[in-house]
Amino acid sequence: MSTAELMDFDKAIELFEPVLGFEVHVELNTKTKMFSSAPNPAAPGADAGEPNTMVTPVCLGLPGSLPVVNEQAIRFSISLGLALGCDIAPSSRFARKNYFYPDLAKNYQISQYDEPIAHDGAVEVELPNGRTVRVEIERAHMEEDAGKLTHVGGATGRIQGADYSLVDYNRAGVPLVEIVTKMISGAEHDAPELAKAYVSTIRDIVVALGISEARMERGNLRCDANVSLSPRGSGKLGTRTETKNVNSLRSVERAIRFEIQRQAAILAAGGTIIQETRHWHEDSGTTSAGRPKSDADDYRYFPEPDLLPVEPSAALIEELRSALPEPPAERRRRLKDAWGFTDLEFQDVVNSGLLVEVESTVAAGASPAQARKWWTGEIARIANQDSVDPSSLVSPSDVAALVSLVESGELTDRLARQVLEGVIAGEGSPADVVEKRGLKVVSDDGALIAAIDEALAAQPDILEKIRDGKVQAAGAVIGAVMKAMHGQADAARVRELVLERATGSAAER
Amino acid sequence: MSELISLTAAELSEKLSSREVSSVEVTQAHLDRIAEVDGDVHAFLHVSATALKVAAEVDGARNLGARLSPLAGVPVAIKDVLCTRDMPSTAGSRILEGWIPPYDATVVQRLRAAKLVPLGKTNMDEFAMGSSTEHSAFGPTRNPWDLERIPGGSGGGSAAAVAAFETPLALGSDTGGSIRQPAAVTGTVGMKPTYGGVSRYGAIALASSLDQVGPVSRTVLDAALLHDVVGGHDPHDSTSLDRDWPCFADAARAGKASGSLTGVRVGVVRELGGEGFQSGVSSRYAEALDLMAAAGADIVEVSAPSFTYAIAAYYLILPAEASSNLAKFDSVRFGLRVNPPGGGTVEDVMAATREAGFGPEVKRRIILGTYALSAGYYDAYYGSAQKVRTLIQRDFDSAFAKADVLVSPAAPTTAFKLGEKLEDPLAMYLNDVATIPANLAGVPGMGLPMGLAPEDGLPTGIQIMAPAFEDARIYTVGATLEALLEESWGRSLLSHSPRFPLDPLPEIGDARTEGTRK
Repeated sequence: MSTAELMDFDKAIELFEPVLGFEVHVELNTKTKMFSSAPNPAAPGADAGEPNTMVTPVCLGLPGSLPVVNEQAIRFSISLGLALGCDIAPSSRFARKNYFYPDLAKNYQISQYDEPIAHDGAVEVELPNGRTVRVEIERAHMEEDAGKLTHVGGATGRIQGADYSLVDYNRAGVPLVEIVTKMISGAEHDAPELAKAYVSTIRDIVVALGISEARMERGNLRCDANVSLSPRGSGKLGTRTETKNVNSLRSVERAIRFEIQRQAAILAAGGTIIQETRHWHEDSGTTSAGRPKSDADDYRYFPEPDLLPVEPSAALIEELRSALPEPPAERRRRLKDAWGFTDLEFQDVVNSGLLVEVESTVAAGASPAQARKWWTGEIARIANQDSVDPSSLVSPSDVAALVSLVESGELTDRLARQVLEGVIAGEGSPADVVEKRGLKVVSDDGALIAAIDEALAAQPDILEKIRDGKVQAAGAVIGAVMKAMHGQADAARVRELVLERATGSAAER
Repeated sequence: MSELISLTAAELSEKLSSREVSSVEVTQAHLDRIAEVDGDVHAFLHVSATALKVAAEVDGARNLGARLSPLAGVPVAIKDVLCTRDMPSTAGSRILEGWIPPYDATVVQRLRAAKLVPLGKTNMDEFAMGSSTEHSAFGPTRNPWDLERIPGGSGGGSAAAVAAFETPLALGSDTGGSIRQPAAVTGTVGMKPTYGGVSRYGAIALASSLDQVGPVSRTVLDAALLHDVVGGHDPHDSTSLDRDWPCFADAARAGKASGSLTGVRVGVVRELGGEGFQSGVSSRYAEALDLMAAAGADIVEVSAPSFTYAIAAYYLILPAEASSNLAKFDSVRFGLRVNPPGGGTVEDVMAATREAGFGPEVKRRIILGTYALSAGYYDAYYGSAQKVRTLIQRDFDSAFAKADVLVSPAAPTTAFKLGEKLEDPLAMYLNDVATIPANLAGVPGMGLPMGLAPEDGLPTGIQIMAPAFEDARIYTVGATLEALLEESWGRSLLSHSPRFPLDPLPEIGDARTEGTRK
């Protein structure tokens, strides 16, 4: 993979107007799959399963098998369409998208083509700088997921050059809704942040609706990002690329930034952009060419003759509309008030894409301030360092448990950070890690007093200084004691004991 | 030859329930018949190894006093397009040779639940593409009336098995006439139900919007009895109709008993006759119409101008759907796998497998259908064909405003010689000219014997069609007509079969020339 020439981002935006578009795939968390009674690996609490164990003749495309639409998936799709401000089609239809690929059991995907279930909506997306951008939704349509290929042998892990490939059809037929935006222009410098904020908004919506597990690292939510650059003043649209496999909020932002810089460099050098899919590489933060993609790709769509049109009653649509959770903007206002955060604090949470996590952590019993502190602090730091999303590291209930241990005095902040490391490393719940690593705060005064005595013996003039009013001199003793106790002491208690000793010795005299 | 094989399913049902005969005896008689004649006829691709065991279980249940369905213990043959978990299901294709599905088609489940005895799987044109069964990858089936002739298709195996007394009943599938046209050329009865009347789950799809599973038999009542077993709503098939169906056997019995067609408006479809129809077919058809008129029917001529375009529309819609339905045969999950010499990519393996596994007619239709669905051609081909389909449905609507049932010859000719039309696909396609409109409109249609053509002494068939959901009307009118015809012949048409006589046939020539009246 050659490292592409990149243009400075600000320079790129000066020369070109970025135009964005997103296709977000949401795996619905129904019990069973889109068109069969097989268990859905994207259901709550389900996992990917042993390969090819969550299948029926329908998922495997066996001869004679026929699809039957999952009613719950229809309801979820309508709810999502409504939450995106879309019109719900009184009649929509499934179509077959025909192409040969081994992860596609029937060699066609059942999708919706010219008659999607939801169309023409919009969502308000808040950017870190407080700006709100309205992203228009072209359509949201239902389809089935494909299976998963594992390419064995070869250097790249891709199908080219592999010795052989394994197919797992557990994911085949998982219900998906694909949300397609209209072209988004006017984002300018904010384009990368808008990308991240948009996907985060979609995630917040599906979580609030309870229709998807929405774990990006598990592929419950996947984003294909389209980028093209239009030379300033030209009035002409540029050629777009579609970057696939972007599976974290952070990567969405980085991928857009990278593509803008890459395309700008090519265009400025007089080159042309190839219309193609591009693969995102998390490790290098770059994209590389995938397969050429043109508008002339011929999927030979035609109406799926095995299924009837989807015709939800007006009553069902209204029932689902009345059950919608509050819109994200209203929800944010409500949470900000409830938590008593400043604008800056709240924006920090939103921009980090951690609203859901903080909310869940508060719901699990933590104070809002502590929940925010841990998620946007230590957890975000580790996530950043490991290039993953914070939500993939630890669950809100574990964070709440950790906060509770700190607040009860059983852990110091410093110990709690070690416990967090343990939880992330998979050592169990915070309580388990405390137990296994023996990280409890030493609350036995006897042990502390012994350590204080030892420290004072090395620095005998300290007590005198304290008595002379130089209370800050106690810091040296506290530091020595904490070191001797390997950090497992409550510094506040040590300080108390040192001060007691100083006043106590004065009385002795 | 055992007397048992000459009995109808209804007669067997009576003898079984009165315990005059056992299912083991009946099944053994048919297995013996298969052993005796199927080397010549080649109706079966697979004969069940467990038929006698199943029959013994039915007998056991009956002896214990179990309440059994009317057809319990009666043998049945199953077209190889239907999935059976205990027998290979190949759809007549090399690409599925030896494939045993992990599940039963819904209709097969229903056969088993009603305790019929599956005898085996019957031959067919590959993936039901053909009108002669010559496109089977496993060799043609021969017409019991003349082994040098075709038994029709695609369900030639089921029709020939019934005509040759190898089974009293069989299941077929009909996409453009694959049940009715074989019935016509073998002197048997075949019913294509209303689209959605019988589950397609487990029927290996040819063209999903046209395919329909239905019964094949020697009498109208037998077809109705089998239809009663396999029909009705199936939640595994979204296109299956969720409605209450009347008892078709009752409808057939009523028709047989009445002997009258008084007040029945019989619509003669002007476009389905005349030019292109063999003279003996036309003359027997005219006689059948006279017979119905004599029985009180009001014969009216109706016109369905769009039927002229039916074959053209059909040969766009069918290949389009088939090209997609057959994409799954790629060697990845089941069936044949052919590795190209020197290995290759998965695409190379798919291509080599499909090249080796599909016959020429299948490839022809996949290519046609792929073309018809291509960007830039879709509107002109698939789109236009769908419009013609709508026009044909309207023609049916206006015809049924004037008539209770519509009739036509079921096939334009009697059975032709093997090989005669194999190199001329268009001539082959014309065999279904009379049957295709019903599939395009989703209405039910039946083929039943109407006598032997004078010029060649081979069976001809009449088609009776009714509005959607009115399958029972066909059984009633069909059973009446069948009774009138048999009365005029003095016995059933199949008892005239020269190759497989059940009784001594002193005057075969009489049957050939006497026909249906005089």
